Amino acid sequence: MTTDATAKASLDATPARRRHRRVPPEANIFLVLIAIALIYEVLGWIFVGQSFLFNQQRLTIMILQVSVIGIISVGVTQVIITGGIDLSSGSVVGMTAMFAASLAQASTWPRALYPGLTDMPFVVPIAVGVLAGLLAGFINGQLIARTKIPPFIATLGMMVTARGISKWYTKGQPVSGLSDSFTFIGTGIWPVVVFLVVAVIFHIALRYTRYGKFTYAIGANVQAARVSGINVEAHLIKVYAIAGMLAGLAGVVTAARAQTAQSGMGVMYELDAIAAAVIGGTSLAGGAGRITGTVIGTVILGVMTSGFTFLRVDAYYQEIVKGIIIVAAVVTDVYRQKKRAKV
Amino acid sequence: MVVSPSTMAAVRKSGAIPNAEFLLTAEDVRKEFPGVVALDNVSFRLKRGTVHALMGENGAGKSTLMKVLAGIYTPDKGVVRLKGTEIRLKSPLDALENGIAMIHQELNLMSLMTVAENIWIRREPLTRFGFVDHGEMERRTEELFQRLNIQIDPEAKVGDLSVANRQMVEIAKAVSYESDVLIMDEPTSALTEREVEHLFQIIRDLRSQGIGIVYITHKMNELFEIADEFSVFRDGKYIGTHASTDVTRDDIIRMMVGREITQMFPKEEVPIGEVRLSVKNLNLKGVFRDVSFEVRAGEILGVAGLVGSGRSNVAETLFGVTPATSGTIEIDGKPVSIDSPTTAIRNRMAFLTEDRKDTGCLLILDVLENMQIAVLQDKFVKRGFVEEGALSEVCEDMCRKLRIKTPSLSERVENLSGGNQQKVLIGRWMLTNPRILILDEPTRGIDVGAKAEIHRLVCEMARTGVAVIMISSEMPEVLGMSDRIMVMHEGRVTGFLDRAEATQIKVMDLASR
Repeated sequence: MTTDATAKASLDATPARRRHRRVPPEANIFLVLIAIALIYEVLGWIFVGQSFLFNQQRLTIMILQVSVIGIISVGVTQVIITGGIDLSSGSVVGMTAMFAASLAQASTWPRALYPGLTDMPFVVPIAVGVLAGLLAGFINGQLIARTKIPPFIATLGMMVTARGISKWYTKGQPVSGLSDSFTFIGTGIWPVVVFLVVAVIFHIALRYTRYGKFTYAIGANVQAARVSGINVEAHLIKVYAIAGMLAGLAGVVTAARAQTAQSGMGVMYELDAIAAAVIGGTSLAGGAGRITGTVIGTVILGVMTSGFTFLRVDAYYQEIVKGIIIVAAVVTDVYRQKKRAKV
Repeated sequence: MVVSPSTMAAVRKSGAIPNAEFLLTAEDVRKEFPGVVALDNVSFRLKRGTVHALMGENGAGKSTLMKVLAGIYTPDKGVVRLKGTEIRLKSPLDALENGIAMIHQELNLMSLMTVAENIWIRREPLTRFGFVDHGEMERRTEELFQRLNIQIDPEAKVGDLSVANRQMVEIAKAVSYESDVLIMDEPTSALTEREVEHLFQIIRDLRSQGIGIVYITHKMNELFEIADEFSVFRDGKYIGTHASTDVTRDDIIRMMVGREITQMFPKEEVPIGEVRLSVKNLNLKGVFRDVSFEVRAGEILGVAGLVGSGRSNVAETLFGVTPATSGTIEIDGKPVSIDSPTTAIRNRMAFLTEDRKDTGCLLILDVLENMQIAVLQDKFVKRGFVEEGALSEVCEDMCRKLRIKTPSLSERVENLSGGNQQKVLIGRWMLTNPRILILDEPTRGIDVGAKAEIHRLVCEMARTGVAVIMISSEMPEVLGMSDRIMVMHEGRVTGFLDRAEATQIKVMDLASR
């Protein structure tokens, strides 16, 4: 009775018992980012004799390099929040880059894949690329929701299949001679703009829409979500389709940026995208994760790579260290969950 | 003198143990779990060469006692003696090596391995070169099966066997450890009549070899057929032990339910309205059959029955989690087809599930996110966007109304107490303004204060005209809260009792038909 009274009193004392803002979980990751940058800054002055941070050109290149990963990662984050995984995004990038590029060739190019379909308005290749990605994601979602096979297997199948399609499409030949109106979205700062717009849209979607609430609910407890009336299957299909669509968009941007498309584009991107999400605090157990964290995670990956290049560290070491960082991020996640379970 | 289990095993091998009168005894055993006393100074004695049945309602403590005897739980207090020697079991394996084997309800065999491999696992006979000697292993298995009069191919994969045969394999495995004590948890629950007869034959053989058998059952007729003695438990307390020839079925029921109900319930008389929900001949193949009942507006229909009687399955089917194979459901006289929880909610039904952690809470999310999830199906959403302001206001009101103790709406639900978690889930459904409320064990595992509050809430809902179906294993709760009680046994409705005529004995009588 007394505890009841005190509890009530404390409630009444705080008039607005709204969701008070705690320190956002991204704060820690952001500090990690700052720390890494500062370490490079110091090492830069010691070993290279110049500043790491105060070099706009380097930072621009760095962010450009990771924006494609970032676009994919926004989709992958949502998939992981539902408790799933998407291994197909890298291959979907390759496939959609090929599709988009084949419809973006200029008539001045002598070996166009479809000579009758050159000089198309730039929306056509973009739409085709994005829709092809959407379709691939939709198939992933259908497989997972209808046949109940694990997302790992379904998207592994799509990973191999999509890569196969991108090779078959031109029998391994690259697609070049893309029109300027198409390659425009790969130039300058545009890829970064696309990344940030996508990030903002899905940040809002996850936090303020029913779509977002249901995504977290499914990841937190799929049975409870189902009993609460959520059509889990339909929702999962949506989430995977969105992830596929974003991979398609990333494919379009990749082709535009390279001004060509090759069947080998996007290899291992899925792992970088997953890494960015996990480093950004998305839990592989599902139910937790935010786009802001993923954006920071993406930038951390970029800074790591850029910093190594800046310090002229061998490319081999870069991959070794990247691997260690990814494992460390997952270990931290597991540790956090254990600690929570004890409370 | 406390003999450590390993020494005990060594002594046992030497055969120097005296022939004590009792094979296995437990004295003043106590076991507490957070919030519950599962065993309250319980005693138990198993004689050599007898079948000893443990009887009691759900949660009476028989399963806990059995787990203490089998080394799964360590008792907080009390002494367990094996043939007069005090033992402290550390694990089920420890128990097995001391000659106490347990045959679980959910069988613990590796289905992709053969029968012989399962029986001799960890003890495989080896050839000179250290490889497993399959020939020898099969020979030993056949020998064992002959002794038990079992006909199963030792080379068959366990996954291909029937449930009855898998159980035989488990028994054979227990016997292969030269066990003196065999603990069986409702072994007949999945067997046909002929299989039961075979099982009983094996049990009688084992008994005649001097093995003591602890037998847990809900079935009264089995008690008279196979048990020599039985002990009754109630609410974690030991009630008594009798020879099964000395008593009648009614005596046992009286022992099982003979508590005095002192608890008060806030049940109030409210006007009972029209028939809200009418269920006719509802079937779910292999689970329950021919379930028919009605619930009226303002009425609380209690559903009683032992574990496995199909009560929760009926609730799940009503709510579309496992759609019925046949039968009709009518709401306000109109037939409805409920094939998913979504359609159930559309028909203004709500379902508080039995397992708060498994199917209720979104543990890692906060109070607001847990509360809003059902109502978001069709309210507080505009063009896909959640109306956060309005929603958190009504959730806050709900918190106050249900007296949920939480620092704020953004507290993670896993940090709340069980009672408050349950209230959050009730809040989730109250937000949807249901006309039919299904509650499955609404007060399981929560403290007395929160229990009373939940009872008060349920009564309030009934007063506003909600039709309530309340499943409960707690007899006082069913008797104290219901206007009418439906009793189930083995997937069938065995009867209805009005509030005025319902007694513990009548309910238990119907539940054990």
